Amino acid sequence: MEAVKTIGSNEVAHPMEHLLRMDRIPHIWCPGCGIGTAVTAFAAALEKAKLDLDKVCIVSGIGCTGRVAGYVKLDSFHTTHGRAIAFATGITLGNPKLKVVVFSGDGDLISIGGNHFIHAARRNINMLVICVNNFIYAMTGGQVAPTTPLSAYTTTSPFGCVEPPFNIPYIADSSGAVYVARWTVLHIRRLTNSIAEALNKPGFSVIEVISPCGMYYSRINKLGDGLDMMKFYHDNSEIKHGEDTKNLDIGFQTKITVGKFVDRERPTYTESYNKWLSEVKAKEKLRK
Amino acid sequence: MKANPRDVNAGVYYIDGDVASGYGALAAGCRFIGGYPITPSTEAAEAFARIAPQSGAMFIQMEDELASIASVIGASCAGVKTMTITSGPGYSLMMETVGFGAMLEAPFVILNIQRGGPSTGSPTKIGQADMMQSRWGSHGDYEVIAISPDSPQEMFDYTIKAFNLAEKFRCPVMIMSDECVGHMTEKVVIPPADEIALEPRRFYKGAKDKYLPFKPDRDLVPKIAKAGDGYNLYITGLTHDERGYPILNQKSNIKNQISTTRRLVDKIKLNKDKIIELKEEEIEDAEVIVVSYGISSRVAVQGIELAREKGIKVGSLRLVTVWPFPDERIAELAKNVKAFVVPEINYGQIVFDVERCSHGKANVILVPHGGAGVHTPEDVLNAIEYAAKEKRKVEGIIEWKTKLEKLIFEKGCKLTE
Repeated sequence: MEAVKTIGSNEVAHPMEHLLRMDRIPHIWCPGCGIGTAVTAFAAALEKAKLDLDKVCIVSGIGCTGRVAGYVKLDSFHTTHGRAIAFATGITLGNPKLKVVVFSGDGDLISIGGNHFIHAARRNINMLVICVNNFIYAMTGGQVAPTTPLSAYTTTSPFGCVEPPFNIPYIADSSGAVYVARWTVLHIRRLTNSIAEALNKPGFSVIEVISPCGMYYSRINKLGDGLDMMKFYHDNSEIKHGEDTKNLDIGFQTKITVGKFVDRERPTYTESYNKWLSEVKAKEKLRK
Repeated sequence: MKANPRDVNAGVYYIDGDVASGYGALAAGCRFIGGYPITPSTEAAEAFARIAPQSGAMFIQMEDELASIASVIGASCAGVKTMTITSGPGYSLMMETVGFGAMLEAPFVILNIQRGGPSTGSPTKIGQADMMQSRWGSHGDYEVIAISPDSPQEMFDYTIKAFNLAEKFRCPVMIMSDECVGHMTEKVVIPPADEIALEPRRFYKGAKDKYLPFKPDRDLVPKIAKAGDGYNLYITGLTHDERGYPILNQKSNIKNQISTTRRLVDKIKLNKDKIIELKEEEIEDAEVIVVSYGISSRVAVQGIELAREKGIKVGSLRLVTVWPFPDERIAELAKNVKAFVVPEINYGQIVFDVERCSHGKANVILVPHGGAGVHTPEDVLNAIEYAAKEKRKVEGIIEWKTKLEKLIFEKGCKLTE
């Protein structure tokens, strides 16, 4: 990382300002929110991964995390609710030289966009999905999500959530993702390394980032603020690399297993398509 | 700019409208189609998938129509020409993202082979009841271009035109065809590449740091840049300024909301003359004019001929472009004719615009059809005869009772009939 530059007598340039749209700061996230930390890890990872930044696109859907695309100084696309992965599929197939990062929330990617998530994984479309999971629909004021732990309170589950939540790494793994990891926003260094690693991995990679939502999730559940949640992550996260993704369910205030769970090789959609295309062309030539 | 010979399968074919549209897309330089199978549009997707490899183009069958349209707009942002192919329920599913595409000003084409609705309706049968949806199906204010071909040859020709209009005006362009035209098999002549004119994408060529993605040219259409070219594009469905930035403070929000939506509407409205294409026949001394589009114009031909044999001065106005609507032309004609006869396979969509533009100067007669079939030429003839005889100015739309409807509703048609 570049050294901190001093511009004026008391103005200090942000060390990541070449990666952020500084003219859009301040951002809209609440105090105690973890999304900013995830963005910091992402920006640091971009530098670490040594990619040509002109060839990296960031795509978000709708929601709190959906705003990430608008603060990062890349080609940024803020799409419709749930369609970030489908839109990103179009970008990466339209120009396979681009590295596409989908940065969005659990509701956007796993609920309304769940179908695109599993199909992009099945096809092994070349993209990195960073899914910030705060267990709740925060932008709209704290409604129940398909990631809300059983029995947790939200504004639309006022007597406790009765539905079991999705285990995101398990869906990603069983649908065919080549790289699956989970970290909390407390694990900044590990999260950064993980994103950098996944950025250089061809195929469909998923990194789940557990993040506090101090304004809704932890407030309505009387768990304190963002800082209390960080303390909770500190005390209750267990790093288990290579853990079977079946065992990664998150209950209400239970231990959270983090780590890198899947790292395997599969031909990407573009590789398979190009291989098929050259075979078809060769056959046609033979026929002629 | 001419078409690339690699993309053009020149020759004389006997194919249906769907297939012709698939060939037209490749000839227009389409490099990406994301689609989902739905009757009666699948043949177009199949045709494109078969010929795409010759040009290195791609057909991908997405998981649903929501993904199809989103992938198409994504690929358009990556710099390639794109289309999706759908019908009925699939078209409805796409609507949210159509508005997103309009907001992004991404050039893309949608082929809608209309079928009988509502809901699952009559999947293998004709309908023309998506016309209003094509214009305003997504929420919010925007304008689109819609074309309605009436033969397989036109399906080829106007698919190319649709791509050209999408590039020129950076808006969703709908090919509002129908099951009959889609499944009609006729002779189609695909000309050599050097006879096909294409509109290139309006790429920005100035200094990188001066680029404003939504600053319009004189014709209200901004220059475009694609992903991966180092512009740090910021593209959002939120109301945005010329930089593409969403504006959060109240004062600028109002200013940008008004200037954004105004331009999305005006870039089509004020360029109408460059977009609208009409086919007029024997209109000069006509006392009745049949206004039609798509398959209904093919059916109307015989009705018009029969009426002329009976000595009625009847002309034909075919809406090749349905949206934007030719307000001024209809208003001008209304001054000199007794009536407009509008056969369409719905219970009144385009007829409302005909009535609006005739400003009470001519009678407007709707010849409706519930779908799953087309009008008989006699229905059109009977409506023309009535239109010529009617001496009163009738306020509002006159709904003509077709023979089939009389049979069903007045004579109590039994299922066996």
